[in-house]
Amino acid sequence: MANITIDEKVCKGCGLCANACPKNVISLSKHRMNANGYFVAEKVNPQNCIGCAFCAIMCPDCAIEVEK
Amino acid sequence: MAKVFTKTKMLTDVHMHYCPGCTHGIVHRLVAESIEELGLQDKAIGIAPVGCAVFAYDYFNCDMQEAAHGRAPAVATGIKRCLPDRLVFVYQGDGDLASIGMAETVHAAARGEHITIIFINNSIYGMTGGQMAPTTLIGQKATTCQNGRDPAVNGYPIRVCELLATLDAPYYIERVSTQDVKHVLAAKKAIKKALRFQAEGRGYSFVEVLVSCPTNWHMKPVEALRFMAEETSRTFPLGVFRDKSEGREEK
Repeated sequence: MANITIDEKVCKGCGLCANACPKNVISLSKHRMNANGYFVAEKVNPQNCIGCAFCAIMCPDCAIEVEK
Repeated sequence: MAKVFTKTKMLTDVHMHYCPGCTHGIVHRLVAESIEELGLQDKAIGIAPVGCAVFAYDYFNCDMQEAAHGRAPAVATGIKRCLPDRLVFVYQGDGDLASIGMAETVHAAARGEHITIIFINNSIYGMTGGQMAPTTLIGQKATTCQNGRDPAVNGYPIRVCELLATLDAPYYIERVSTQDVKHVLAAKKAIKKALRFQAEGRGYSFVEVLVSCPTNWHMKPVEALRFMAEETSRTFPLGVFRDKSEGREEK
């Protein structure tokens, strides 16, 4: 069981994490914004996460922490 | 559960000002992680450029010095010669390094100063609003070449790695990319190697990193990565141009 934690305060909604994820765990929110007005990345299929950390490697803002 | 990925302590908690999808932040992280893994946090001194990365001194958790536009290698030379036991790295963009700072860049390399240069190539002037840079691709649109760069009027892009590889002094020159996970991991290896060579006192090391600029390329972040993989890396081929540690000259 692996888990990711997304820091929504830092997220800029660029979607590079969602693009890198091989298991479609992450998707950009269609409704929820952070204080900067970005549609944040959120977990949609957390049970599929394998802890590969591809999302964290591609995140330009170090907003993702990965546990395994 | 054990943490497999967490933010390095070499980066501060300041939120980066880069545009969404700009891969500058990835390169910041790679440099910071490499310094931390080499255990040189207390000895590192960074030189911030003028350009998009002008606030780099807020993000790195080590001593930083801001330099005048393009003069970062000259400042780094001074610091390294006064404090030869420190790890001096320079972080510059393409407008800074390949345009206004070309003289400093070439002469620092020709002298073989024991510094590490991280060259961020996004083939456009980012901070000032998307003007043509020396590295802008043929046919690429910018605010100062609105129909695309025309070689008859604007000349050809400068390939800095190839240029510096004609000099005798540089110890290590490589071009890497941030287009996907595989290339980011390769970039990390190259940056770590460059910093290690300096720490071992071997000489001048230079890593060029291809970075996307979704804002000024007028693309979505994921499209910009694709453009980088398909177009930018065709004009700027990836690879090692000099690695004296393997007794190999040009590839």
